[in-house]
Amino acid sequence: MRFLEKDIVSVGVEAADAEDAIEIAGDLLRQAGLVEKSYIEAMKFSYQKNGPYFVLAPSIAIPHARPEDGVNEASVSFVQLKEPVVFGHSSNDPVRLVFGLGASSSEEHITLLRKLTGLLNDSANVEKLTSATTYEEIKNILEMER
Amino acid sequence: MMKVLTVCGLGQGTSLILKMNVEQALADKGISAEVEHMDVSTASTMQADYIITSNELAESLVEHSAKVFIVNNYFDMEEINNAIDENIES
Repeated sequence: MRFLEKDIVSVGVEAADAEDAIEIAGDLLRQAGLVEKSYIEAMKFSYQKNGPYFVLAPSIAIPHARPEDGVNEASVSFVQLKEPVVFGHSSNDPVRLVFGLGASSSEEHITLLRKLTGLLNDSANVEKLTSATTYEEIKNILEMER
Repeated sequence: MMKVLTVCGLGQGTSLILKMNVEQALADKGISAEVEHMDVSTASTMQADYIITSNELAESLVEHSAKVFIVNNYFDMEEINNAIDENIES
């Protein structure tokens, strides 16, 4: 189980559009060996097919696919976008914070989503994640949550 | 027992997050209900009293016999609490 460790977090990233932002969040997981390339393709396909419903709060997107699309380990990556990106959501656009979710069918998946929900239910944390400029700042937010 | 579905496109992540916060809100209000998360196509064939989902997916559930209502910010407990107060009769 991996949750926002340094190698799967990227701050101040430029993305051309929503698909590019999804690709970047997925690629952090792939480079760490947590998902396969097929999973990133499935994340983008889900966006094309089901739309931007995974922009589930103002400025926050949690792109994901199904475990069988190629997940090696339950995981959450984070990309903080330098400039807001439009995903096409009716109320929560534009997006600044992208959490790439490597969905598994294990108990760890539930644990990860609980951690993520606990983190993002606090709007002060959302503000800090948006304004952070280094990984150290993000690590401090996570340590406060424990 | 009241049955509530939280629904997203895949039934894997988004709907599970919503389920966690809806269960919390219902428990705080002392409303006992069974909350299940699933994808939109499974939900369309599932019996339920209430369905909670995003604006984006609510359109595809208008035919459902359950009362469908929308939450826009899944991390805003105040919005979730208000939506439950307005829509769920306890």
